[in-house]
Amino acid sequence: MDAIAYWLPLVWAALIGTAVALYVILDGFDLGLGILFQLEPKEKCRDLMMNSVAPFWDGNETWLVLGGGGLLVAFPLAYAVIMPGLYLPILIMLLGLVFRGVAFEFRWAAKPSHEFWDTAFSWGSIVATFMQGVVLGGYLQGIEVKDKAFAGGSFDWLAPFALFTGIALLAGYALLGATWLVMKIDGPLAEDARGWAKKLLLALLVLMVIISLWTPLMFERIAGRWFAWPNILYLSPVPIATAIVAWACWHGLNTGREVMPFFCAVGLFLLGFLGLAISNVPYLVPPSITIWDAAAVPQSQIFTLVGVLVMLPVILGYTVFVYWTFRGKMREGEGYH
Amino acid sequence: MDFDALLLARIQFAFTISFHIIFPSFTIGLAAFIATLLVRWRMTGRDHLLRLARFWTKVFAVSFAMGVVSGIVMSYEFGTNWSRFSLVVGNVLGPLLGYEVLTAFFLEATFLGIMLFGWQRVPPGLHVLSAILVALGTSLSAFWILSANSWMQTPAGHEVRDGIAYPVDWIAVIFNPSFPYRFAHMFTAAYLTTSLVVLSVGARYLIGGRYLEESRTMMRMGLGMVALLAPLQVLIGDQHGLNTLKFQPAKIAAIESHWDGSHPGSLVLFAIPNSSEERNDFEIAIPNVASLILTHELDGLFPGLKEFKPDDRPPIFPVFIAFRLMVGIGVLLITIGWVGAWLWLRGRLFDTRWYLQAVQYAWPLGFVAILAGWYVTEVGRQPWIATGVLRTADGASPVGFGAVLIGLILFVLVYGVVFSTGIYYINRLIEFGPKGMAAAASEGMPSRPLSAAEDAAHVAMEET
Repeated sequence: MDAIAYWLPLVWAALIGTAVALYVILDGFDLGLGILFQLEPKEKCRDLMMNSVAPFWDGNETWLVLGGGGLLVAFPLAYAVIMPGLYLPILIMLLGLVFRGVAFEFRWAAKPSHEFWDTAFSWGSIVATFMQGVVLGGYLQGIEVKDKAFAGGSFDWLAPFALFTGIALLAGYALLGATWLVMKIDGPLAEDARGWAKKLLLALLVLMVIISLWTPLMFERIAGRWFAWPNILYLSPVPIATAIVAWACWHGLNTGREVMPFFCAVGLFLLGFLGLAISNVPYLVPPSITIWDAAAVPQSQIFTLVGVLVMLPVILGYTVFVYWTFRGKMREGEGYH
Repeated sequence: MDFDALLLARIQFAFTISFHIIFPSFTIGLAAFIATLLVRWRMTGRDHLLRLARFWTKVFAVSFAMGVVSGIVMSYEFGTNWSRFSLVVGNVLGPLLGYEVLTAFFLEATFLGIMLFGWQRVPPGLHVLSAILVALGTSLSAFWILSANSWMQTPAGHEVRDGIAYPVDWIAVIFNPSFPYRFAHMFTAAYLTTSLVVLSVGARYLIGGRYLEESRTMMRMGLGMVALLAPLQVLIGDQHGLNTLKFQPAKIAAIESHWDGSHPGSLVLFAIPNSSEERNDFEIAIPNVASLILTHELDGLFPGLKEFKPDDRPPIFPVFIAFRLMVGIGVLLITIGWVGAWLWLRGRLFDTRWYLQAVQYAWPLGFVAILAGWYVTEVGRQPWIATGVLRTADGASPVGFGAVLIGLILFVLVYGVVFSTGIYYINRLIEFGPKGMAAAASEGMPSRPLSAAEDAAHVAMEET
């Protein structure tokens, strides 16, 4: 394999990994607010929660398109196997996102009779989140492949592990949402959110520990990756860092810090993501298709990579600009007459 | 995938993409209309232009949200339902879709935040720029998507090895033979559709005696565009047809329901194509006119359906009917544009009641024509998913009948609820009109975003 054929797929895997990680974090707190709607019945508070992300959600969701589209660009084989392999969870996730997305506009258009769109926003978020977790779990469980095509059944993903990762992601996104509120909101709602965040953090840690034990027990290749000598030495910083970040998040929540808990929650997600990547490298479709097996031809990867290298800094630049434009705290009841 | 699952997958894709295209058809033009209003407002300082821009921004927000969520579904359906297609053409089409995300999707999605909520947050010039960038984003999005679709119609710049398409020349891939025509045709159609809606809403207010200044501006801007673009669209469509004749002759034969290529083609006004006997039943036709249109000679010859094996023919009747619907609406739009222009020249546009009455109901015509046009070109491409490269039957995913059926049912239910409600809300926003916007602007809190539709909701509460 020449150097280009070796490095290009790695660069693309890193890019898609970045897009997926950005999606999970950015849309994670949007979806988390939808989940937290279940805990907050007051209309004014719900208005505030929704408005705290209204200018961003569409841009946030676009990272999902870059993740999926990037897979088609760079690894058409992986795209052509994963999508049919997880057909129903992906479709139901998209439908959840339909309800969640339109609710951002419809809820205001429907006022004063907006209860339906409150429900649609919340349950759309819950369904989309849960199904994203199921997609993750189903992906880790492995997808049956024969002759470069998905060869399994429509319900292969339906297993305790995938349902469990669905629940774990609900807790994770809700934590992102709660710490986002701690950062962006003032007043009683922010205090409630602080209380939710503490409980969610503890729940998420328990769930993460269970998943971290479950995956090596279920998959020998993952156990070998983590526990074989000397890997265990090189990889031990990952769980140690996770513990430190979790403690920092907890400490921040207890000492009245406003910004730190959110970024610690983001850190938890990134570390979890890193852990999953370590478990599965070099497979793009575990346990059979590697990054290099699935790669598009170099002409295709290079042609789009040029666009990515030019456009990604621009995209990140104006994304930061929009977040900066809508920076600062929002107060309860603000702006509603 | 067995035949039934294939059929369901095709129905599902047709259903989701038909719903989706309605919204971009509207928002491509609407973004440009809003940006134009804002630029004119900055140049003239006339307040009613700002009121109009803010009003249409609310409509835009609701439409755009529906376009976004239905569009994300499409980007995943290539994989979920058409995985073999993705594998075979992914090396060529993937990058085009990738460039759409990179150059267009992020641009429009991000600056939408400022366009909708940044009225008080950023200086006016930057806000106008955001609206222009959103309009640019929607246009670039159309550019890439139509390039990808055109490649499926008229593939170029590639080679096929072991059944997989590989790129050879990216410029030839992007600017494949039908792309310039299809892009011009669709882009014009999108602007025409929006212009007609604007014209229609203006007429609706004038009849009700409401928003006189705003509705006159809307009617002038909408009508000006319709009067110019409707005839232009005929010329573009003609050129597009000639291009199709050159690269997809079977589609043209189906459009004209023309069986026998050894005789000049008649312009078939009506017929029931009879595939088993290879002729038209109940035909009403004007001899030689199809030849005149397609070859610019009365006795010119062009291929008939009999020259293609039955397996290589598209379904004839849907293509034939949809084409006539599209062209019929085109003629109607020219009539609306030119009659309106004539009234305008005579200074009677705003008080000719029969014209206003007729025009206020004309708003759906553009959408119907766009859907009909897409049915012509997509059904007319069959049996190929990518002409000459891959047949539709070979492009589907290995997903079972049950899963596809569940998916289809869920799509019908969800889209039924979501999009009918959305259209109802848009109609309600239009019913309220730009009222109260000036007041809302002055009392808006500078430190927080305003939702696009909330002012209208307040109006609703005040009125009830």
